[in-house]
Formats: sequence, C-alpha cells, structure tokens
Amino acid sequence: MAHPESSPFAAPMPGMAHGNMTMVGLVDHVRNGFDPTHMLTDWDTGQTELLPDGRTLRTFTVEAIDKEIEIAPGLFFPAWTFNGRVPGPALRAREGDRLRIVFRNLGSHPHSMHFHGIHSARMDGVPGAGLIEPGEEFVYDFDARPFGCHLYHCHALPLKRHMHKGMYGLFVIDPDPSRHPENVEVAASRVLGSPENARWQEMAMVMNAFDTNFDGGNEVYACNTIGQAYMNVPIPVDKSRPVRIYLLNVTEFDPINSFHLHANFFDYYDTGTNLTPTLRTVDVIMQCQAQRGILEFSFADHEPGMYMFHAHQSEFTELGWIGMFDVRDPSA
Amino acid sequence: MTDRSDPTHPATFRILWVAFPLALMLGAFVWIASLDPLRGFDNGAPPVEALTVERSILDETGISLLVRAGGSEPMTVAQVMVDDAFWTFTQDPPGPVARGGAVWLRIPYPWVLGEAHLVNVLSSTGAAFEHEIAVAVPTPKASLGQMRGQALVGAIVGLLPVVLGLMFFPALRGLGQSGMNILLSLTVGLLAFLLVDMIVEALELSNEAAALFQGAAMVWLVALSSFLLLMAVGRSRGRPEGIALAYYIALGIGLHNFGEGLAIGAAFAAGSAGLGTFLVLGFALHNVTEGLGIAAPMLRSQPTLWTFVLLTLLAGGPAVLGMWSGSLAHAPQWSALALAIGAGAILQVIFEVGAYLMRQNSGRLKSVLAPSVLGGFLAGLAFMYVTAALIKV
Repeated sequence: MAHPESSPFAAPMPGMAHGNMTMVGLVDHVRNGFDPTHMLTDWDTGQTELLPDGRTLRTFTVEAIDKEIEIAPGLFFPAWTFNGRVPGPALRAREGDRLRIVFRNLGSHPHSMHFHGIHSARMDGVPGAGLIEPGEEFVYDFDARPFGCHLYHCHALPLKRHMHKGMYGLFVIDPDPSRHPENVEVAASRVLGSPENARWQEMAMVMNAFDTNFDGGNEVYACNTIGQAYMNVPIPVDKSRPVRIYLLNVTEFDPINSFHLHANFFDYYDTGTNLTPTLRTVDVIMQCQAQRGILEFSFADHEPGMYMFHAHQSEFTELGWIGMFDVRDPSA
Repeated sequence: MTDRSDPTHPATFRILWVAFPLALMLGAFVWIASLDPLRGFDNGAPPVEALTVERSILDETGISLLVRAGGSEPMTVAQVMVDDAFWTFTQDPPGPVARGGAVWLRIPYPWVLGEAHLVNVLSSTGAAFEHEIAVAVPTPKASLGQMRGQALVGAIVGLLPVVLGLMFFPALRGLGQSGMNILLSLTVGLLAFLLVDMIVEALELSNEAAALFQGAAMVWLVALSSFLLLMAVGRSRGRPEGIALAYYIALGIGLHNFGEGLAIGAAFAAGSAGLGTFLVLGFALHNVTEGLGIAAPMLRSQPTLWTFVLLTLLAGGPAVLGMWSGSLAHAPQWSALALAIGAGAILQVIFEVGAYLMRQNSGRLKSVLAPSVLGGFLAGLAFMYVTAALIKV
C-alpha cells in the first residue's frame, strides 16, 4: 500500500466492481408476447372431455409459427416457435389420459412434434410419420405414459437447426395416485390442482441457448429463453412452502448443461419417472440435451433473502443462465 | 482563345447542357429513392453489417474501443461480451451507428495485466464482431514523462543514425566517379528496400481498416499521387541535384521514419512488443545508411552546418512524431495513408537519384549496369534486408 500510483493494476480498479457483469437494458416481454416470470407457472392442460370408457380425452392445439424474438436486451433472434413462444407451451397431462395434439404448421419450413413418451411409430413425429409441410395439419394420438417430466421437440431435419431455433417444450405427465399405492401421498402431491399439490410452488424451467450468428456456438444462454431474466426480476418464493422445479435441458452445441442452487440442497428425480429420488441432498445436477428431471427443495429453515441459482459452467452463467430466488416470509 | 469559340454555342447554351444532365441525375435519384423500384430484390435477408475496431484503450476505467460501422444500414450495438461474459458498457454517442460512423464503447472491465482478452460486440441482429487484445497493458497516456521517453526512442531510431551517416561526409568528399557510383547505387538500393517495405506495411495496415476506406486502392493511388506531386514540385525548378536532391531524399526517408515510429508506437501501445534495447539498437543500425544516402548527392556541393541540421531533423525528426501519434492516436487507415505518401516520396527520390547517377555517367546505360553500380545497389538491398531481420518480431 506504499505507492498505489506505481502499481494501479494491483488493486481493484475504482468504479469497476465485478457487479458490472451484466447485460445492458431490459427485454420488452410485451413485444415478445411471453414473459419468463409468467412462463414458470403457465401450464397448458388442454381441453378435456370424458370418453365412453371413462377415460379422459385431453386435446392440445399447437401451431408452428416463425417469429423474431428478443432473447437479450436489444438482441433479436429469428426463432421458429410453438404457439409463438420459446420454449413452447408446457403441456401437462395425467397418467392414462388419451392425448390428441392438433398440430398446424404455419411456419415456412416443414415441422413436427416428436414426443418423448410411449407411442406408435406412426405418431413419432419423424419424417414420414407426422412431419408436415407448411400449411398442413396433423393430429398426434396416444396415451399419456409413462408419468414423469418429459419433452417434445420438432424432429424435422436438420435436427440441430430445428432444435436451436426454438422448437421444444416441456411435456409433463402427472402420476395417477391410484396406480401407485405404495406412494399415494407423493403421487398425489404431483397432480396439478389436487389438494396435496396446492402447497407446492411448482415451476417450469427449460435451459436453452441461442446461436445468434449461426457459427455453431451459442452467444446467449438462459433459463426460459431470456438471458438474465430472473436476475432482473427474481422469482418470489414463500419460504414456508416447498419448491418443485420441472427442469429440462435443450441446449444445442454444448454437450451438457447444469443446475446449481446456492445455500441449499435438493432431491432430484431423473426424468421424473419414479416417486423416490434418484439423488438425495445434492446442490448440482447435470443434464445432457433432452435430459430432464424434477428438483424438490425447501427454504423453510432459511432466513429470507436472495438465493442464487445458475448453471455451474461459469461460461453459461456469465452469458445469461443465472437467476435469483427471492425467498420471503409467508406474510410478506 | 475567343476566336476559337463556336458562335453556334453561346455560353448560356453550354450552361444549359451542363445543368440539364445534372437536373436529370438529381431527378432520377429522387425517383429511385421515393419509388424504390429495387424492392423486388428484397428477399427478407437481414442487413449486411460490418464493424471495425480502430483503437483500443486500456486504463483504470476499463477497456474503451473506437468502433466504425460499415454496413448497408445503420446498426445498433445491443450487447458487449468480454471473455465470454456479458458486460455493462456505455456508447458515446448513443443510438444507431450510421454507415461510416464511429462511436466509443466504454466497458468497465477489470482487465488483467499481461493477459489476453477477447471482446465480442453483438449487434441487434445477433451478428458478433470479435476484437482480440493479445496482451493487456495500460495504453500510454499523453503525459510529459511518457512523451519524453518516446521522444528518446524516436531520436535513437530516427535522428541518431542520420547524424552518424552524415558524419561520413568529410571522408567521402574526395571520392572519384566510381566511388560516387557505388555510393549512389547503394543509396538507390536502400531506398528500393524502403519502398517495398512501406508498400507491404501499408497494405497490411489497410487490411485492418474498415472496408469503406478501400485499403489497397487507397494505398496504391495515394502512393502514385504523392510520387507525381513530388516529381512536379521537384522538377518545377529544373532537375534536382546536390543539396536540393539531398532534401528530397531526407523528406522521403523522413516519411519512412514517421511510418517506422508509428509502427513502434502502435506496438508499444498494443503491448505486443516489449521494445527491448536490442530492438531499438536494431532500428538504429538498420537506419544508419540513411545518412549516407542523404550525404551522397551533395558530395560536390558546399553544404553549411545548418544544412546538415535541417536535413537531420527532416529525415530523423518524424520518427519522434510517429512514435507519439502511433501510441496515442493510432488508426490503421491513417497509418496506411501516411505510409503510402511516404512510399510515393521514396519512389520520387529513387527516380531522381537514378537520374542523377545516369547524368554523372553521361547517360550511358552501360556504366550504370557496371559491376560496381550493380554491386552497390545489391549491397544496399542486402544490408537493409539483413539488418531488418533484427527488428522483425
């Protein structure tokens, strides 16, 4: 500290805290037509009707639409979307439902919906089986199984381009408690709208990224498309209620992505197809592309405050995939 | 004059025939711009964007870049990444950057001394423009101490060798014709090396400049223009000989030394050259023949001491100016421009020294191609080439 002038670069530079590691400005969510905060809880449960055999027929309508979206402040990406949003609608059904997905291609390229689930070859959404030209319509028809946290995506070729242009979404099948007598309580808590489910704070999160200059490497990383969205608007969490995250990775070009929770640990259900955790008490999990799972944790014993979550590839974090939980007392 | 003008073409008639095509051109431009008959070619592709970094400054406030846009439409800088991390920045002046316009991007990034950084500027269309900072060092500031240090380096590189070369003057005065031939051809050889060196350097620099400066065309055309202008000036009072020719050589060499100063200054600012004592001495040795070259044409004249002082300042002084501007205000297109002007000046003195050599030998081509003359020329080239090896990093 003898001669600070002689070595100005040995000490932190004045006015240059590392807190400057952020984007400049804010994204116009209204113009985009979707808001990342709203998207966390915006489940599409479709239209239901009772079939003669007593089962539920659940019908979803999905349209492929070309749309330019703002993925970071002032930065526009010519996306291909399902229903005008990226990620596409978070479809949610019940184990055993009969599903009908009416798919219309209003885009400029051939598209499909390929579901990660159990179905016939005819319903697979690959070339020759449900891949349709612009202006065409196709109805995918299959049973909702197995229960878990799944996804759908366009399977038109080249796959890489159709994936990273934005054609993917969550496809969650809630377990039918009557089919899981050994874990009725757990299964019931997963059923959207059930009394056991009411205390849970559920969130849909899709880890994605965008290659804005099409050089085969991503410029912006995010959770639910908008870089740093949950830094600018932290996610409110009531500390008295448990949190459940349906997490999916669709990042193209990078082999894996990851989720790290600060100052807390969680249980992880890989693919969500089991009612007992695959990993207990962890604070980082990683997912390859299309891998997904359910995270459950609680801030009940924490003091209120801002708790960070992000990818634990520092590069992804610093390029946008970072957010905050604003943990509050129930009264607040 | 007046008797040659055509009576059928009075002045007003001529003016009309100048005004009419001009008015038609203006009308056509307005029509094309307003009706946009070319919109049928609009295929929905995003605009072409180009961004060139002209200067970078690293200091205690972070990294500042002077960027010039060169796309088909005004472009918007959306975000800036440094080392794969989004970083705050301010743009001065703010707003979309017009084609050809330049703005400063000021990024408060805590850069690390001696390490490399990669700045990536993202436009609103998602195009990414990378700029590498190979070795981060604080950019020299226009402080008195800094200027003095650079002036010293410039003096060693530019002034010292010219002084040393000119000090051979008394010893060379008694030279006979063949000795003069060798000396003059040696001068032409060293000038030829400088010409090639400057053109190559100018073309390299012009590649780094924004496309709208049309680097290569600018370098060749400016060199040609500078050559022609200096030839015209030089020949306006007859063929330059003796002290006058020495001044032209000093001017050409001075412009070369300005370019050399620019290069050293820019390397200094970019941190790519440690600028060791060895390198500076290499430059001095490389340039020592310059004094000899300036002395050569005036061996049969009577220069005063003042002449020597002025010649030294003209030939060596620009190295100091080059050092200052290279480290403080370096932009590739202006450096290329300075080098191109210098190349034209060098070509002029090659021409004039060659012509002088011919005259000295009664215009006989045979004596110009004599072994001593050719040997002198090649020795000049070889000396410059070998000593240049010391200064190329």
